Amino acid sequence: MLIKHTPELKGSEQTPKQVYLQRRKFLAGLSLAAGASLAGKQLWNLLAPSAGVHASTKLTGVVKSSYRIDESQTPYEDATHYNNFYEFGTDKSDPAKNAQNFRTSPWTVTVDGEVKKPRKFSMDEILKLAPLEERVYRHRCVEGWSMIVPWIGYSFGELAKLVEPTPKARYVAFESYYDPGQMPLGSRAGIQLPYVDGLRLDEALHPLALLTVGMYGETLPNQDGAPVRMILPWKYGFKSIKSLVRIRFVKNEPPVTWNLANSHEYGFYSNVNPTVDHPRWSQAKERRLGEFFKRPTLLFNGYADQVAGLYAGMDLRKNF
Amino acid sequence: MKRLLERILLSRWTKVSVFFLCLAPLARLLWLALHHRLTANPIEFITHATGDWVLRFLLLTLAITPLRRLPGLAPLIRYRRMLGLFAFFYAFLHFSIWIGLDQFFAWDDMWRDVQKRRYITVGFGGFLLLIPLAITSTAGWIRRLGGRRWQQLHRAIYFAAAAGVVHYYWLVKSDVRKPVAYGAALAVLLFLRIDLWLSSRKQRRETARSFPG
Repeated sequence: MLIKHTPELKGSEQTPKQVYLQRRKFLAGLSLAAGASLAGKQLWNLLAPSAGVHASTKLTGVVKSSYRIDESQTPYEDATHYNNFYEFGTDKSDPAKNAQNFRTSPWTVTVDGEVKKPRKFSMDEILKLAPLEERVYRHRCVEGWSMIVPWIGYSFGELAKLVEPTPKARYVAFESYYDPGQMPLGSRAGIQLPYVDGLRLDEALHPLALLTVGMYGETLPNQDGAPVRMILPWKYGFKSIKSLVRIRFVKNEPPVTWNLANSHEYGFYSNVNPTVDHPRWSQAKERRLGEFFKRPTLLFNGYADQVAGLYAGMDLRKNF
Repeated sequence: MKRLLERILLSRWTKVSVFFLCLAPLARLLWLALHHRLTANPIEFITHATGDWVLRFLLLTLAITPLRRLPGLAPLIRYRRMLGLFAFFYAFLHFSIWIGLDQFFAWDDMWRDVQKRRYITVGFGGFLLLIPLAITSTAGWIRRLGGRRWQQLHRAIYFAAAAGVVHYYWLVKSDVRKPVAYGAALAVLLFLRIDLWLSSRKQRRETARSFPG
């Protein structure tokens, strides 16, 4: 597996020499202009929200998987500028702006708990642990919008195999990175951080459960949960935890951030289900980003054939 | 200073400028639309933007009464009707976007939502309350109803604004800072009215005492 490194500074980001040489003159004028420009900038920000893209790195040697939804893919721009990543702000446009300087290297994922071989994985090891596949999945947010994204990664089971869960392991607990210094808006998100989530072991080992390192042929942009996250296409988006740092195999049902925030509205399973409404809004339909008309939401987000067996005999209304 | 403020506020040009300023939020949305910058979910974006402006205009309208007690600001009363009508204008846009774009005239679904989703129920109620206020905002209607009854009717704006704040509070997932800020501003504006009402009642009583019979 090869990762081509992009230079840290692009030519366009470097300060032109003449501008650099005029900096004193610039500084003198600055104090005068400061007041006016501050007001102007505020006005400008109000009128034209900024749209910076974090440079991503091309991933090579990716194999196209047969898990592939044959529907038109959401534009990269939309999937990277319309995000829920509350550590970086609660507005959909916040993460793209505020996660730009998020440090994702070096990165370690600690895997422990009920396993024979607990260990830490460096990001390099994660990238090489199994062949990378591109899978085109539906992604349905609990808020009622959806997208089609080509993710890159491999089944979570590949990682689980290496640590060898013991028979006591019945659930998997996931934890996101949280650094209030890098994520100052996290404290205002109204949810408890670090973000945690969990799956039953059989759910986590289902081949659809994707340990994800990239999208659209590249490494994950910061705002989409870099450098490694889960993608669980049959569950509401918030179950697909971002910027993973810890995975624990455990005996009992682990806590889930949104369930802690409001147990009445968000359950442990949170499977996509058009017949079980969110207490405050209907889940029967969804708006696919880029489409005008809402479309009907599918049971298990259209993955019923693959995953319905996991929930056989369960009351999905109770276990929402 | 006081004279200057009054002159500015009484000028026709100020009123015309304020009118166009009130249209700026709509102009911004049109500009963003033309430049394809209404985010990946334009309908949600314009719904939220117009909703925000309903609350802002309602609060501005409610701010007139306490503000005009300050020196030089008495002529602000000339702007109250316009601000209130703009609140209604943005509420109408907000409501129309929900019907025509978000739900695309799915009347059954919408009616079910009005009954079942309490944030929609209360938002819808707030919008309904604003309709008679917008209709009776003319001088003719003030005359027809009589000042006192007209004023009583127009106190419905307190309930409409409260409904708007609750509507917003009930729909956010976890970050309640913005609806709470609107709620706090509304609470301050309503509190100032209690104060105003108590002092005017006291004044009335005193006047009554000094002119017996």
